[in-house]
Amino acid sequence: MAGKLIEINGPLVRAQLEKAVNGEQVSIGQLGIIGEVIGRDGDYSTIQVYEDTESLRPGEEVIALGYPLSVELGPGLLGNIFDGIQRPLETLAKIAGDYIPKGAKVTPLDHKKLWHFKPNSERHEGEKLSGGEILGTVQETESIVHSILVPPNTQGELILLKLEGDYCLDDSIASVQQGKEEKLLYLYHRWPVRQPRPYKVRDHAIAPLITGQRIFDTFFPLLKGGKAAVPGPFGAGKTMVQQQIARWSNADIVIYVGCGERGNELVDILTTFPDIVDPKSKRSLMERTLLVANTSNMPVVAREASIYVGVTIAEYYRDQGLDVVMVADSTSRWAEALREVSGRLGQMPVEEGYPAYLASRLSAFYERAGRVHTLSEQRGSVTLIGAVSPPGGDFSEPVTGHSKEIVQTFWALSKELADARHYPSVSWTESFSGYVNTAAKWWVKQTDQEWLQLRNDALTLLSRDTELMRIVNLVGPEALSPEQRWIIDGANLIKEGVLQQSALDDVDSYASPEKQYLLLKIMMLIYNRGVDLLKLEVPVQELNRLSIMGKAKRCKSTYSSEQTQGLRDFINAINQVFDQLEHTYSENLHKV
Amino acid sequence: MSELEYRYASAVKGGLLFMSHVPNIAFGDRVIISDHKNQLRNGQVVMSSNELIMIQVIEGTEDLDLERTWVRFLEKPFEIALSPDVLGRVFNGIGQPKDGRPPLISTLKRNVNGAPVNPAARSYPKEFIQTGISAIDGLNSLVRGQKLPIFTGSGLTHNRLLAQIVRQAKLLGEESGFAIVFAAMGLSYSDTQYYIENFENNGVLGNVVMFINQADDPPLERLILPRAALTVAEYLAFDKDMHVLVILTDMTNYSEALREISTAKGDVPARKGYPGYLYSDLASIYERAGRIKNRHGSITMMPVVSMPSDDITHPIPDLTGYITEGQIVLARELHNQGIYPPIDISPSLSRLMKDGVGRNDTRDDHIRVANQLYAAYAKALEIRNLASIIGAEDLSDIDQHFLDFADQFEKRFIQQKENEERSIFETLNIAWDLLSILPANLLSRVTEEELAKYHRWKERSEV
Ligand SMILES: Nc1ncnc2c1ncn2[C@@H]1O[C@H](COP(=O)(O)OP(=O)(O)O)[C@@H](O)[C@H]1O
Ligand SMILES: [Mg+2]
Repeated sequence: MAGKLIEINGPLVRAQLEKAVNGEQVSIGQLGIIGEVIGRDGDYSTIQVYEDTESLRPGEEVIALGYPLSVELGPGLLGNIFDGIQRPLETLAKIAGDYIPKGAKVTPLDHKKLWHFKPNSERHEGEKLSGGEILGTVQETESIVHSILVPPNTQGELILLKLEGDYCLDDSIASVQQGKEEKLLYLYHRWPVRQPRPYKVRDHAIAPLITGQRIFDTFFPLLKGGKAAVPGPFGAGKTMVQQQIARWSNADIVIYVGCGERGNELVDILTTFPDIVDPKSKRSLMERTLLVANTSNMPVVAREASIYVGVTIAEYYRDQGLDVVMVADSTSRWAEALREVSGRLGQMPVEEGYPAYLASRLSAFYERAGRVHTLSEQRGSVTLIGAVSPPGGDFSEPVTGHSKEIVQTFWALSKELADARHYPSVSWTESFSGYVNTAAKWWVKQTDQEWLQLRNDALTLLSRDTELMRIVNLVGPEALSPEQRWIIDGANLIKEGVLQQSALDDVDSYASPEKQYLLLKIMMLIYNRGVDLLKLEVPVQELNRLSIMGKAKRCKSTYSSEQTQGLRDFINAINQVFDQLEHTYSENLHKV
Repeated sequence: MSELEYRYASAVKGGLLFMSHVPNIAFGDRVIISDHKNQLRNGQVVMSSNELIMIQVIEGTEDLDLERTWVRFLEKPFEIALSPDVLGRVFNGIGQPKDGRPPLISTLKRNVNGAPVNPAARSYPKEFIQTGISAIDGLNSLVRGQKLPIFTGSGLTHNRLLAQIVRQAKLLGEESGFAIVFAAMGLSYSDTQYYIENFENNGVLGNVVMFINQADDPPLERLILPRAALTVAEYLAFDKDMHVLVILTDMTNYSEALREISTAKGDVPARKGYPGYLYSDLASIYERAGRIKNRHGSITMMPVVSMPSDDITHPIPDLTGYITEGQIVLARELHNQGIYPPIDISPSLSRLMKDGVGRNDTRDDHIRVANQLYAAYAKALEIRNLASIIGAEDLSDIDQHFLDFADQFEKRFIQQKENEERSIFETLNIAWDLLSILPANLLSRVTEEELAKYHRWKERSEV
């Protein structure tokens, strides 16, 4: 169906285009720029355009394409970088050079590349198949086996399943009898991004997502299948948090969506990840990672799409029984893209220019997280982690506010901490996790019965420190008792020895659960034994002069996750030092 | 190419000219407007339909007489001619000569808007640039291809700081400097002169391209100006293999021009009247800095952003900080104490420092020393604050050391002379001098080996 362009106004255009459906893709003008119908008014359609509209003129042809924005799902996704409408950027760079040309047409996946397909031995011809069932597998990368699924909306009797062998995406590998038709199936299928992929049932999230970052795993855990938001002013460390999770988390697949952020941050990933070894599979990280990029200088409408492209790919790997993490940096840019389109449509803004449907769109997006039983009865999960970029660092703005109500894990980044180079700058007073009790079950099994107690004691110490510092700032440190001063010193041990964790420190960038537990134990041990000594009238200054105080704070960078024996030995050393002191002072006390 | 000429202007409003019934005009195209005095003005199509065309008039719509206004459609976007002869030239915001010399002649013309760089074609900037300024090199290092703005306030010394950077910036062990693209938007006459004299005195004028729009020049010209300047920068860097330093001053004036026109167009405002697309618009400028794979040249960008009322959360510095790779922030408090450069360390940041310094680039301890200075200074500021409430006498010995540290840090590390060029090694040595004011047990950001090698606390306490 063809029509013609009537008006061009920035990223929105109007066309005379009969019978177009909302959400339908259109091709515009000679270059065939792609857009999406977002409104109808009689014969007129309003279209948001994924590319720059400069040089378009009224009268140019507009063709309705008959399908909504969809992605190609199949082997070849991993290791790739796509733009907001799933064009492969590496391929695009090869054919079109350093800059992204308008109207470029490349298929998302390489359709000519051969993949070695192994049919599922449980399948037999004549069997009734339905959507989501597994036809066979392809080794997509050395570390990831890609299950080839019957597309969710397909069912029927299996007529033919090809033998093991090499096939490209254009070769059919199976066919089913769907009604009167024989439907050919391929190594890939397409799926509309705004429609969540179906699953059998939702299940509870049960296992923590281990990120190797102490402030998250130990203090504010996230579960596989959970949802988290990371708000923070610029420079606080949102991107580093997202990158650390992409690097170290124990997921099967990581999808990194660069939504309206810097090009160089994606280059950083593309150049460093291939050389980083995944602690889990011992293979290159890039084998389990894929990127979706709409950088801040790319067209704003495709920014809105990029989030959906990412989450649909995440669901697709979930449907293969895998644990997928998607990080989105930043959901604020996505919300701003919504705002820009709604503003140009003349819709009534409700708060700071945002449309009334901001909250429902946000929660519908996060709803796509979860742990599920897939259509083929496997367990898979999608974990969603969205960065939020509040204007002026003000958390009362709409995107932060709504996100906070939706997510269970909230990692609030603080400018004060970042300014003091306390990284990750996660505030222990403003952050929260609703998953602590579930995570504790796992931790107790992995480490020790006392884990939850230790964690809670450490948080209590930190909050008493906050109160005491308030007093100090009014009347000075002289007003504090020795016990109170020791609380401040103990809290400093936790802050410097446990919470601070530099992503740039090779030894400490990732901390195994065991290392996390031992560091926490060390700091709390020093604090608790110190409390006992104070009762014997040991001066606080003397405790602070102990060389184990400096050593304890440096333990994290001294012993890697493989060298936890060093930490255990240090625990013995601490006990010796304190035993000695205790001995001396209790003798003194007796003498008196 | 046919150029269409019409006389159907139907309305004017705040910099916008409306025309009815001019068919098939391309969005974004350039137009020339001839007013009733036969004076030419420049414009750009910002909305197009067959019924109505909206044109943004660069020189403004002041006293346009609709009945006697002619509009010529050039059937092409804003372009700029490019050739190696561009070096040493001075232009206005839309690329017309301002130096009394003839326009640049070249068959190579490019759309000033450029096109987005494919992220997969970028290469990561990581070559350390020594500016000779401790607060930058030591704590917020600049690398080739970085976009690092200076956040400033009225009356602060950003011009002098930038001039010093332009004079001193070089790669370690290399003498070759930069080609400079200088983009001035709404700059005062005296500030413009200050830069020109500086370039002259350094003998680099032949290596500078200037785009100048002064305070009394048309505001809307500022919307095209940085784009024209960056088109030239891209040409020099990626066609001609040069290392280019782009100075954009002042992006606050740019943003105000954008607000002016967006208000006239009736766009929905987000914060403080600025349009919701200010972020994307600024990004389309800032993201043109960087490096590209298999190209020798680079674009390093230092925009100047005035913080209205010294407020860093104002939308212009705020959105800039969300896009650029860090920021150098100047503080009035330091300036008032006579400290030059008045760089406020706490909110300053270089995001690309982590990959540009260290063993192979500067010195092994660099990043840890920087973090340690940051941590110690943050703590020292807390104590200084406390001292102002309860009096310094009541502080502990350790706290007294921190106070001393803060003072010396500001006077010996941050403060330096305008012609003082410190090598990165001098900078790091000063850093260790200062850290030696504090006991080792409190310095957990550096390693024990580094403490053993550089820290001299004992010697000091004996003195
Ligand atoms: N966990 C961390 N470890 C070390 N440095 C960090 C960490 N988080 C942030 N940083 C520092 O802070 C800078 C800004 O962090 P970034 O994640 O880019 O901030 P944001 O995305 O919030 O603007 C980084 O370039 C890095 O220097
Ligand atoms: Mg970021």
